[in-house]
Amino acid sequence: MAKSLEIEVNGKRYAVSYAPDTPLLYVLHDELGLTGTKYGCGEGQCGACTVLIGGAPRRSCQISVSAAATKPVTTVEGLEKDGKLHPVQQAFLEAGAFQCAFCTSGMVMSSVGLLQANANPKREDLVQFLQGNICRCGTHPRIIKAVQRAAKMMQERAR
Amino acid sequence: MNTIKQNFVAEPERFEFTAAPIHKFDLARREFFKLLGSGIAIFVVAKDAFAMQETPAGSRSFHNEELPKEISSWLHVGEDGVVTGFTGKAEVGQNIRTSISQTIADELRVPFESVRLVMADTTLTPFDAGTFGSRSTPTMTPQFRRVAEAARDLLIGVAAKEWNVPPEGLVAGDAKVTDPAAKRSLSYAELARGKALAQNLPAEDPVTPATEWKVAGTPLPKVDGRAFVTGGHQYSSDIHLEGMLYGKVLRPPSFGATLSSYDDSAAKAMNGVTVLRDGDFVGVTAPSVHEAQKALDAIRTQWKEVPQVSSKEIFSYLKKNAEPSSNERFRHQKGSVEDGLASAAHRLETTHNVAYIAHAPLEPRAAVAQWTDGQLVVWTGTQRPFANRDELASLFHIPENRVRVIVPDTGAAYGGKHTSDAALEAARLAKAAGKPVKVVWTREEEFTWAYFRPAGLIEVKSGISKEGKLTAWEFHNYHSGMSGIETPYDVANQHTEYHQVPLVLRSGSYRGLAATANHFARESHMDALAHVAQMDPFEFRMKNLSDARVRAVLEAAAKSFGWPRKKTQTGQGFGLACGFEKGGYVATCAEVAVNRASGDVHVVRVVEAFECGAIVNPDGLRNQVIGAVIQGLGGALFEAVEFENGRIRNPHFSAYRVPRFRDVPEVEAVLLDRKDIPSAGAGETPIMAIAPAVGNALFDATDIRLNNLPMVPNGLRAAGTKLSS
Repeated sequence: MAKSLEIEVNGKRYAVSYAPDTPLLYVLHDELGLTGTKYGCGEGQCGACTVLIGGAPRRSCQISVSAAATKPVTTVEGLEKDGKLHPVQQAFLEAGAFQCAFCTSGMVMSSVGLLQANANPKREDLVQFLQGNICRCGTHPRIIKAVQRAAKMMQERAR
Repeated sequence: MNTIKQNFVAEPERFEFTAAPIHKFDLARREFFKLLGSGIAIFVVAKDAFAMQETPAGSRSFHNEELPKEISSWLHVGEDGVVTGFTGKAEVGQNIRTSISQTIADELRVPFESVRLVMADTTLTPFDAGTFGSRSTPTMTPQFRRVAEAARDLLIGVAAKEWNVPPEGLVAGDAKVTDPAAKRSLSYAELARGKALAQNLPAEDPVTPATEWKVAGTPLPKVDGRAFVTGGHQYSSDIHLEGMLYGKVLRPPSFGATLSSYDDSAAKAMNGVTVLRDGDFVGVTAPSVHEAQKALDAIRTQWKEVPQVSSKEIFSYLKKNAEPSSNERFRHQKGSVEDGLASAAHRLETTHNVAYIAHAPLEPRAAVAQWTDGQLVVWTGTQRPFANRDELASLFHIPENRVRVIVPDTGAAYGGKHTSDAALEAARLAKAAGKPVKVVWTREEEFTWAYFRPAGLIEVKSGISKEGKLTAWEFHNYHSGMSGIETPYDVANQHTEYHQVPLVLRSGSYRGLAATANHFARESHMDALAHVAQMDPFEFRMKNLSDARVRAVLEAAAKSFGWPRKKTQTGQGFGLACGFEKGGYVATCAEVAVNRASGDVHVVRVVEAFECGAIVNPDGLRNQVIGAVIQGLGGALFEAVEFENGRIRNPHFSAYRVPRFRDVPEVEAVLLDRKDIPSAGAGETPIMAIAPAVGNALFDATDIRLNNLPMVPNGLRAAGTKLSS
């Protein structure tokens, strides 16, 4: 079996038994049971597996668990605080920004990453930033609205 | 030349539903109440021919009693006041879980929150042929209304007995039965307590007209929305069982290839790996996906390949290989096209090629299979749970009642998840491994081994009078299908024909079926005719259109769009298209911007008017309509499956371009609510008119008529129309 490796996910440390070259996605989804992070393509082309690594949005299918283990990882399960949804989650819910919702985790994580880097993005910034996230159901306009709403909520909270 | 052998046939279109197989009704009354607790249960019996097709023929037993054979939905009111509806339909993203729950709450007069829906579980829910054809709303909505109405009457009856008063004076509302005369009430929960009452009833038309709906007809949010934004919802690919292994299946390098040599010794030597070979089926299981993939890669094989048709020759192949004569079912004729053409002032012929496209649902095919004492349970994302169950039973030679298929709310399907591939694979590997196995297809497998929307060749010939009235219409579709093939326009001389061609690539249903291809050909051709007649495309259509519902959506779309519009920039163009299918009426207006230097095409704005009878959930409907427009842009502009010698050349999202944020225009949905017309489905028809609307707008912008789908896979290029006068 692989040499034991530790990884911090959502503020909690886990011992990993999967091989160190395993993509982070499979460790999160299959070994740790954090199934909110989705496999959509395994090729870094759809964004469904997006997580935050050291605060920056990354495709978890494109990075090995050993490389990811150097920084704390946040998945969609780690956004909720004390039973309260993250503003991005709240905004997606209020905007009904999903249909099948399989892309939702990745969209939410990309958006959280974007808003951390740019608190007040223009529409064009959103389009640019979310270009790597695929929604096959065509809910893009609602997703854009949701992220804009989340940005407002976060600004109001910060005041 | 060989075509691939397969046991899958092209999706039967709406006229082609075949008799359903015989099924046993497994859930005895005692079990039903044991499962759900005491209370009140109502079973509804389907009535019309359409609903019958979604239910089995043959008899069933219900606690040793003969059950009416067309039971299609049921409902339970529990001692805790929880109302549970049961349907064999699956939730694949169209939000029918929400709209059906609304309908139940509305008719039973209970809060929306107290209703839950058990869906697509072959042990718990009634038989259903599948979630397709936009049938969930038109069949399930009236049935659940009827069930809920009967449950309400039953609860009133229980209260009347309790109080020893006639039921006529009692009122049901707000989850209780009230006796206004005596100023007393009993909640449904209290009335259901200790009861085990069941009733069967025939489905009749629901009594509450849409004008009196209170919960239905409102924009309630998606049920369990919170579970989706927190990552808590468990899709099939998220199911985890104790001791579960991960399975991978060996795929041939090309369609039709057969195994000629095989060496699995290196794979077998790997820790925790099991290799299974069963005929041409080879699969591995391992403790993780990563290890399973490594084991699969370690299997050495040689294949015997056979020549296959390639995309570059597909359209001539389809024409050449059409079956010589189509039967009457595929042919519609009235008047004389020859005479109509002879009397025409202008004649036009166009040919349209439509490429194969992939559904590419974001959740690939996935299944988890578990065998316990000869019983098989499979969780899988499919639109046809009962067909999956039957195929599993048949494959493993076990009775159907030893197989249970459960469909968790699924990461979309778009008509692409009718088959049971992943379920069969997971079940086969689980049987070999003696442990539960999960199989999740890779994106490349999904793009290669799933099935496609069939390619098609469409030929149109028409004539118009000097005044711009259609005099002749001839329409031939090769291979892509019959849905939406008949023209909604008034024309005395018509010949419409669908020509079957043996399958080249594995093909099946796709959202809207061939209606998208047929509307693209027809509405592009109509636009070209308007140009020949020197008429405004809107006026030209209205002149040839008497169907009031199509006229209404066309007028609504044109009005919101501001048709006719004056161009304010170079490269700007406007186009429209309309039609109807499956009880839904659609008209779409599009504005495009073409960069003449680069050939880049951008769809700037879309207005789509849609009408499907009484609207059950306007928010869900709006989501469907706008989503269909955006998804439809892919097939309209750039999606095409490229294949050569039995290999898919673009089986990745990097090479198969789907609409992304930058491709998305401003989209406005104009919803016409016809409370006087029964609700139809809306999962498909809103996708039909976007391609021709965009094509017609591109013509308006450039004078270039693009007759093939996709229109601009590599930017704008010319395509010819033949015009004679």
